[in-house]
Amino acid sequence: MASASFLELNLGKAFAQRGASLAGGALDLGRGDFAVLNYAYALEQLEAAFYTQVLQQPYRGFNARDEQILTGIQQHEVAHREFFRSALGGNAIPDLQVDFQRVNFSSRQSVLTTARTFEDLGVAAYNGAGQLLSNPDFLAKAGSIVSVEARHAATIRDLLNPFSPAFAGNDVVDASGLDGALLPSQVLPKATPFVVTPVSASQLP
Amino acid sequence: MTTQPTLLDTLDPDLTARLTSRRGLFSRAAGSLGALATAPTVLAVASTEAFAQGLPGQVVDVLRFALTLEYLEAEFYQTALASRGLIPGRYRPVFQQIAKHEVAHVRLLQGALGTAAIPKPTFDFTARGKYQDVFESFDTFTTLSSTFEDLGVAAYKGQAGNLQGTPVLTTALQIHSVEARHAAEVRRVRGFIGWDGAFDAPQTKAQVLAAAMPFIAGGV
Repeated sequence: MASASFLELNLGKAFAQRGASLAGGALDLGRGDFAVLNYAYALEQLEAAFYTQVLQQPYRGFNARDEQILTGIQQHEVAHREFFRSALGGNAIPDLQVDFQRVNFSSRQSVLTTARTFEDLGVAAYNGAGQLLSNPDFLAKAGSIVSVEARHAATIRDLLNPFSPAFAGNDVVDASGLDGALLPSQVLPKATPFVVTPVSASQLP
Repeated sequence: MTTQPTLLDTLDPDLTARLTSRRGLFSRAAGSLGALATAPTVLAVASTEAFAQGLPGQVVDVLRFALTLEYLEAEFYQTALASRGLIPGRYRPVFQQIAKHEVAHVRLLQGALGTAAIPKPTFDFTARGKYQDVFESFDTFTTLSSTFEDLGVAAYKGQAGNLQGTPVLTTALQIHSVEARHAAEVRRVRGFIGWDGAFDAPQTKAQVLAAAMPFIAGGV
């Protein structure tokens, strides 16, 4: 039976050839466009896993309207994840092991506030990552995803505070009418509590 | 005195300097053409000169295009909010928030463009009579609102490639996702789900202008 360190060593070897690497137990995303795509892939993995669990473990008061919305979002996140998996091919990082212990899946409030965190974070992550991409095709694809994440964010916010300014609240959109834009070094610490395998982006800003 | 936040704040100093010097260029062009020069003529001349001097003409073009759309949205919501009986009280906070953002986007883009900013076109939100009750019927109003927001999302998305490698890209993306939040919320106000699918499609400038043209009285 393979020990954990043996697996780690082999994964490390594999990624050394592809940019991404395992260093000190953390998965590093490597450099360049593949690193940015792996960064997005990691976030989409996290989101897809979250909504999959939400659907498997419906909260109290999970009505048809909530189900339609959360099913739609889950399908989108899976489609995004699969897009990156396919685009990255052999350069893709492995499946991340997630940790949603801090989420109370039986509580609508807990699920939706977590969803809000993920969606707002996703929007800011894509907004900040666009400038890191060199390939125009990747930028176009990221653009076609980020606005869908923003639609999710607005919808989840509206479920929490219907028809209030919250869908694009002053807590996320500044006085110039701008949404957030965060760099990987700002985003990853916020995602860390939900991921067992630490992910680092030492060669991204 | 508080300074208006502008796109220039997010640009690198070198580009800011070049854009700022562009304002001097504009003055010279206006002076040489004298009283005969109409604003669009002057802008065309300045744009050509700017391009010839290696200034980011492509960025200026994108920002002007964006400003046209933001002018349209800002006036649309301001008119709607001032139209008594149009927006039910329950939905008013939504449209107040959207209007606030569109006005902020206009200011941001005007600030970035400086004297290269285009003046606000004259709008006809009835689209030459097609939507006569746009500011009387909440259904007509939200139909157009939804159209404008989705159009704005597709328009910014379509310009991302033209801004790649410039510091303006991030700012444009930050506007783009706010427009997408608006688009989703207006769909919800209309009783629909906030999206079409997992991937939003871009539109070219020509496609967007063709869609917007019926609402711009004097053309672009």
